[in-house]
Amino acid sequence: MMLLRLVYRSLRQHALSTIVTAASIALAGGLLLTVWMVKEQTRRAFVETTTAFDAVLGARGSKLQLVLNAVFHLEASPGNVALADYEAIRRHPAVKTAIPIAVGDNYRGWRIVGTVPELFTGVEYASGRRYTVAPGGRLFDAAKREAVVGDMVARQTGLTVGDTFKPFHGLAFDPKAEHADVYTVVGVLAPTNTPADRVVWIPLAGVQTMTGHDARTATDVSAVLLQLRAPSAGMMMDLLYNRQGNRLTLAFPVGAIVADLFNKISWVDRVLALVAYLVALVAGGSVLASIHASMEARRRDIAILRALGARRRTVFGAVLAEAAAIGLLGAVASLVVYAGLFSVVAGVIRTQTGVVLNLAQWHPVLVLAPAGLILLGALGGLVPAWKAYRTPVADNLSPVS
Amino acid sequence: MLEISDLKKSFAIPGGGRAVIVDVPALSLAVGEQLALRGESGSGKTTFLHLLAGIHAPDSGRVVIDGIDMAALGEARRDRLRAEKIGYIFQTFNLLQGHTVLENVLLGMAFGSSGSDPARARALLDRVGLGHRLDHRPALLSTGQQQRVAVARALVNRPSLVLADEPTGNLDRKHAQEALALIREVCGEVGAALLLVSHDEQVLAGFGRVLDFSTINRAVAPREP
Repeated sequence: MMLLRLVYRSLRQHALSTIVTAASIALAGGLLLTVWMVKEQTRRAFVETTTAFDAVLGARGSKLQLVLNAVFHLEASPGNVALADYEAIRRHPAVKTAIPIAVGDNYRGWRIVGTVPELFTGVEYASGRRYTVAPGGRLFDAAKREAVVGDMVARQTGLTVGDTFKPFHGLAFDPKAEHADVYTVVGVLAPTNTPADRVVWIPLAGVQTMTGHDARTATDVSAVLLQLRAPSAGMMMDLLYNRQGNRLTLAFPVGAIVADLFNKISWVDRVLALVAYLVALVAGGSVLASIHASMEARRRDIAILRALGARRRTVFGAVLAEAAAIGLLGAVASLVVYAGLFSVVAGVIRTQTGVVLNLAQWHPVLVLAPAGLILLGALGGLVPAWKAYRTPVADNLSPVS
Repeated sequence: MLEISDLKKSFAIPGGGRAVIVDVPALSLAVGEQLALRGESGSGKTTFLHLLAGIHAPDSGRVVIDGIDMAALGEARRDRLRAEKIGYIFQTFNLLQGHTVLENVLLGMAFGSSGSDPARARALLDRVGLGHRLDHRPALLSTGQQQRVAVARALVNRPSLVLADEPTGNLDRKHAQEALALIREVCGEVGAALLLVSHDEQVLAGFGRVLDFSTINRAVAPREP
């Protein structure tokens, strides 16, 4: 109790340096937690998003581009897959499910994807989870100009059941590129926290036969999402399409391609983490500097405490506890900084990719990082504590008579 | 309650060698007795009090307080004995400016084994006339009031021995007399022996037993008559 009071009073007495130092610790901790949690959750979210399909068949090109386009609804399509190729793979005995998609249009920047109703009725987008249409709506009729909009699209554009809209040509919104076709919204997808929330879904034929599209490609699809009967089939098809063929690309396995993407960009994580570690190091140094700088003024107080009977280890502990308390303040504040930074980053990621990151999701780093910051603060207090330990009592109780 | 024998303390001096500052062959103080030591500045009185308080370890000799030889103890045990048996009043009060009046007094019982007793601290501050200033910082008090806080802090732990080093040196005449009277009264009330050092004849005049420090400390040249 006495030790706590000593620490509390000293923190208050040096309030400005306490606040500045704790703030720098909070910044370091917030950065570190944000980098860590965004990395962990993004990786997991992207990998989970890829669990619905084993492979993607598309035009010859980059596997990563194919996956990003077909699964995450990012990037441009590398090209088209002819109807015959789609039919061939759909009938392949190793293929359990083949879902074609067609892209090339948008509604005010939100991507329009043409597909078949089986995507919503026959596929789990994540383990144990299927797409559902919010009450009051239904799936589109494949033969009509109807649309089902993702949850985020509905919230951002205000589109709701019964509304009509005209698509715009291309993946980027251009007000002058409006198609003449009129679509009616018949349903809104319940939130999935996946890229599907950012999509306006219409029948496959809708994109293929949109007014103004090239009639010669009216039966082509942009890509085919595949569920295979066995992983070994993927290797066989990889050989067939990627090694022996030269017109198409099979992206298999999808999870490994996404993981490879994360490995390629992991240097960004490492740089950010390094920055956070450096800030933490500077924060630890500032604990040392701030307490050390005030040691001259504290020598008398320490001598008084010693004259009152405080042992060397007591004053050592008091200074160390004060440093740890600054670390604790910083650690608590780092959770606030983390909440703010994470929310901003999660908002950007959600808008850009549809992937939802959860602030409240538990991870041991949420405890370990703050604990590390407290330890860092205490370490910063070691040198001043040692000075306190060695403070000569008589020399600091002037004047003498 | 206090027995000193052959107490010696020297310090290294620039250029080599050591200067003997304290060399007291014998001095004793009975329970509750009040003794004043007269001495000039620089005569080693503070060093002597530091030896009695266990702040310094002597080169040789004995300082027996309530039957325990302070000089034979290690530093940690001297600290504990000081916290439990000795109250120290400084010329400059030595209050912690970041703490309230009450907290300063509580620090006087923070390092002993008996623990903190806020009720006693409040009662003692009442006794010295500061019951209404418990939550004030020392800087808001007059010098006389600050010395009264220091008196309360020195006595709150019911010490056997109170050491007062020029306790009125920073006070004007009126407050000096008040502070001195208070110290002597409260020491009497708690049964603590008092060893006070001062060079102020008006302070010394009130004591029944006054010793010239030079007569007990062989390291100091005898005072001119």
